Amino acid sequence: MLDASNHQFDRLPNKPGVGYKPQHFTAITENAGAVEWLEIHAENYMGDGGRPIAQLRHLAERFAFSVHGVGLSIGGEGPLDPDHLARLKHLVGWLNPASFSEHLAWSTHESAFLNDLLPLPYTESTLARVADHIDELQDTVGRQMLLENPSSYLAFEESTLDETEFLREVADRTGCGLLLDVNNVFVSATNLDTDPRSYIDAFPLDLVQEIHLGGHDEDKDDHGAPLLIDSHGREIADPVWALFEYTIRRGGARPTLIEWDNDVPEWPMLEAEAQRAATMLETAIT
Amino acid sequence: MSVTQTPFRVAVLDPDAERPSGLKDGQGRAAGRRFDVYRNNVAVSLSEALEAAFPVIRKLVGEENFKILASAFLRAHPPCTPLMMFYGAEMPEFLGDFGPTRGTGYLSDVARLELALRESYHAADADPVDPTALQALPAEDLMQSTITLAPSVRVIRSEWPVYSIWRYNTEADAPKPVMAAEDVLIARPELDPAPHLLPSGGGTFVAALSDGQLFGAAVEIATNASETFDLGAVLALLIETEAMTKIGD
Amino acid sequence: MSNKTKTLAVAGAVAAALSATMTVPAHAQAKEKCFGVSLAGKNDCAAGPGTTCAGTSTVDYQGNAWTLVDAGTCAEIELPEMADGSARMGSLEAIERDLPQG
Repeated sequence: MLDASNHQFDRLPNKPGVGYKPQHFTAITENAGAVEWLEIHAENYMGDGGRPIAQLRHLAERFAFSVHGVGLSIGGEGPLDPDHLARLKHLVGWLNPASFSEHLAWSTHESAFLNDLLPLPYTESTLARVADHIDELQDTVGRQMLLENPSSYLAFEESTLDETEFLREVADRTGCGLLLDVNNVFVSATNLDTDPRSYIDAFPLDLVQEIHLGGHDEDKDDHGAPLLIDSHGREIADPVWALFEYTIRRGGARPTLIEWDNDVPEWPMLEAEAQRAATMLETAIT
Repeated sequence: MSVTQTPFRVAVLDPDAERPSGLKDGQGRAAGRRFDVYRNNVAVSLSEALEAAFPVIRKLVGEENFKILASAFLRAHPPCTPLMMFYGAEMPEFLGDFGPTRGTGYLSDVARLELALRESYHAADADPVDPTALQALPAEDLMQSTITLAPSVRVIRSEWPVYSIWRYNTEADAPKPVMAAEDVLIARPELDPAPHLLPSGGGTFVAALSDGQLFGAAVEIATNASETFDLGAVLALLIETEAMTKIGD
Repeated sequence: MSNKTKTLAVAGAVAAALSATMTVPAHAQAKEKCFGVSLAGKNDCAAGPGTTCAGTSTVDYQGNAWTLVDAGTCAEIELPEMADGSARMGSLEAIERDLPQG
């Protein structure tokens, strides 16, 4: 059991957390309900001071934190940005979060940062590049990171590896852990006509240290086929909850994050989603 | 075939460019407009970052016009770091060049003011000096001292009534701006940065202090620049806004 | 002005400034400082609005679609157009005039 009273949050509890939004500061400090830990997007806390850092320092006394990078471009063709590596090292250094993660994606190309998680093909050469970048990140920051599976809207003809194989191999080569975004699994499987449960079956669940859940939107492609968008702008869809239950029944309870980034609701609605996750986590074998 | 990230980036930023080949759907058909999801993510997320960074510019030009402005800006100046909190540094210059805004000279300075507010918001924390230390120091010594300003302090000097324009667009019942040059002090007592109108010569004085001039030299520069320079009024403002963090080396 | 006069003037200004700001409020406690308006952090990992809208519409980069209908408060502010003071009043008309043709 994690002893929440000692303020040493060595790891995230196998309970629900939420993506922290400043508008929820008061509600969280008064009564966080089912929410036991918080996640921040690293890049929003890379200023030198002011209210963002003050809030973070305050909340970190009571809650375990996860630092989730969204801008390093681990899947980029070019080298990692040394300035950004240094910023990550600084943030993770002073905050000492219970968890630190980034994405299997790219966002920077020749110094232009595109502020989106862009896809990469799964080949031996991209595998080697991603593994090198993760080695560099883990060496710089001085701790293990978790790598998150992406949402896919399309596939690459040149891919020769399944995403689950790719992630397993990256983890094997680098010693990184994995962050399993169950909504992303559902979104990608729907978009690419694959079976989400088969993906979970193939996923190395023993390496998963955190789970993400979020809402998605529905669109259509040129052929009228469903195209799900990872919008994080609404409640988690029922089939994603079902896939989450399936996942934790197989792999056990994990720290589980509710992500809500667009049209962020009032605290009670977000907390209700966390409560729903808490109920499912309690029934899973830990 | 291999899809490198160069054509991907080009097509993401340019909706008229051909979509990269080698991308498919789950049935093996060309990905088609699935690629547009990325185009939209990039354009919308960068536009929203600009809306958050420049609320007064947006109000000045109108929401629909701002969308056009943002759409042109993000393609001319995609971010060069992943820190979206500081995105838009090229906006003042861009507004001076962009056809529809080129003639409205004050927009660039309003953009400078909005950028400075954001920088101030994220600047390092620092404890202000105890104002009585100013008086405790003999005036001769004060004249020979440097004054360290808080990292959150910014000065915007404008040929335009930039402070009045900012107020007119952020405060109900603020008076309509009239033509005048205005210098603005941005300071952050506690954690909320705010702009303050600097009295005559104040911009010169604070800029001189910020450049590391001795207090006496800064007074001299400001007095030379403005006959009506009122040191007492500027000091009162610097004290009230907790803008000074150190007297002397 | 002699140095002595300057020094006296500075001492006077310091005294005036301090008396004008005698009631500097006490600092709030650390937690209370955390409350208050937050500027939005714009880094996140959510996707946008799908396949339609901003990124794919044919955008008018030159600003030809610039409209006077949704003119912002620029329309209410009457200042000379250029910083050199050449009095070109009414900025929104000027915006229209400055549009490239076509």
